Amino acid sequence: MTTEALLEKLKGIVKPYVKSEAGFMNMTEDSDFLNDLKINSANLVDVILDIENEFDIVIDNDSMEKMLNVKAALDIIRTKLSIK
Amino acid sequence: MNNRVVITGLGVAAPNGVGIGNFTHAIKNGISGIRFFPELQELRFSCCIGGIPLVPEDLKQQYLSPLQLKNFNSSGILYGCMAGMDAWKDAGLPVNEYSNTDWDSGTVFGTGSSSVEKLRESFYKIDTGQVKALGSSAVPQTMASGISAYLSGILGLGNLVTTNSSACCTGTEAILMGFERIQSGKAKRMLTGGCSDAGPYIWGGFDAMKVMTYKHNTTPEKASRPMSATASGFVPGSGAGALLLESLSSATARGAKIYGEILGGAMNAGGQRGSGTMTAPNSEAVQRCIKQAVANAAIHADEIDLVNGHLTATTKDAEEINNWCVALNRKGNDFPYIHALKAMTGHCLGAAGAIESVAALLGLHEGFIFPSINCEDVHPDITALINTEKIPQKFIETNTLQVIAKASFGFGDVNSCIIFKKYNG
Repeated sequence: MTTEALLEKLKGIVKPYVKSEAGFMNMTEDSDFLNDLKINSANLVDVILDIENEFDIVIDNDSMEKMLNVKAALDIIRTKLSIK
Repeated sequence: MNNRVVITGLGVAAPNGVGIGNFTHAIKNGISGIRFFPELQELRFSCCIGGIPLVPEDLKQQYLSPLQLKNFNSSGILYGCMAGMDAWKDAGLPVNEYSNTDWDSGTVFGTGSSSVEKLRESFYKIDTGQVKALGSSAVPQTMASGISAYLSGILGLGNLVTTNSSACCTGTEAILMGFERIQSGKAKRMLTGGCSDAGPYIWGGFDAMKVMTYKHNTTPEKASRPMSATASGFVPGSGAGALLLESLSSATARGAKIYGEILGGAMNAGGQRGSGTMTAPNSEAVQRCIKQAVANAAIHADEIDLVNGHLTATTKDAEEINNWCVALNRKGNDFPYIHALKAMTGHCLGAAGAIESVAALLGLHEGFIFPSINCEDVHPDITALINTEKIPQKFIETNTLQVIAKASFGFGDVNSCIIFKKYNG
């Protein structure tokens, strides 16, 4: 899957949790979930659950801790997809 | 000097009417909200009827955001948010996500049990090794204070934010706790009320105790029969009622509409001694509670025009009326009017006292006494105590209604009684 396609899928997943419309409009690989998209930190676990369901992957605790921004999320999704 | 406390906003999600307009229409016209639920029959309940507020999806979305509704599974919190937000808006106060914290406003919003559906969903996940799948949504909904936490976040409340719980006293107790907070000057406004989940997981235990009627599964609207000779147990209900309490000075300074005043009240318990048990009231405690409420309100018992009873349609109704007779020292033709909202809503448990208080204030404000349906055959033990004409079978329009006594009693042998008065300036 291309980076653009992954990013589009991720956008659909995070949309319900995003509190900054502007941050969402300008969401790129460099966006931070908390600072740019203003996602409530408690909701990060929900974002990860939704990613697991969407891509049919399992994200371990260590990976979860790193998923604070779009780039890290995409890296982890790619890694998990590659070992499926 | 104690602050006077008035009610400036009302909200309700009741089985026979969601929203103040629909609810007012229903109680004036004696419309029952009790329906048959095939799901209960499939689950082999003895009582397959109940009262559940009708809340279509689009109405839900007017109160909670898509994010709040994501993984949301709590009918009680939904009803509580609807009633609470309605009461707040009815009082002319703004709902704004970006408002500053309102340090002078708080909430005491009760529930008997919180979010049993969400608990069930969580337990199944945990038991199958999927604890991770609970996500962030389980705790806020299943913590006992879920409803007050939701309302606080929606409205920006910065004073006391808490949830009380005292079984079927919960709603009435919440109002009194909020009243005392304003009376003592610790808050200007308190959103008070109670909510209760709907459905089998909240009602099952009562079905097992055989305190719900199983004789009216084919005649649901006739099932809830407080004070009737053919009463055969209560009908389970659900929903929420909310009252925005405010200091009189704050209300008049804002030019707010005033539904009525709380003169006083009392809360006590029978300690499960004497006739009192986990499930039965100690009559001495009930009488003391009513007497203390009258004394606390600084009125004479003769000034009470109407009793909005607890009256659940079990064998305890006559005992309750006897307790009123003794406590008020009034009987026969001298007894005030008495009626039971549960005939139309069923027993809404933790929400009951709050929904019934909303009904009391609507009558006080508009000048009417709602009919006590399904007791055309008043129980002989009750007619031995009071004149049957004191139980209104039909809607009464009146401009002389001044003082209403509202009481709730609950499992654990707990009691609460409020005295409401029409606000005459």
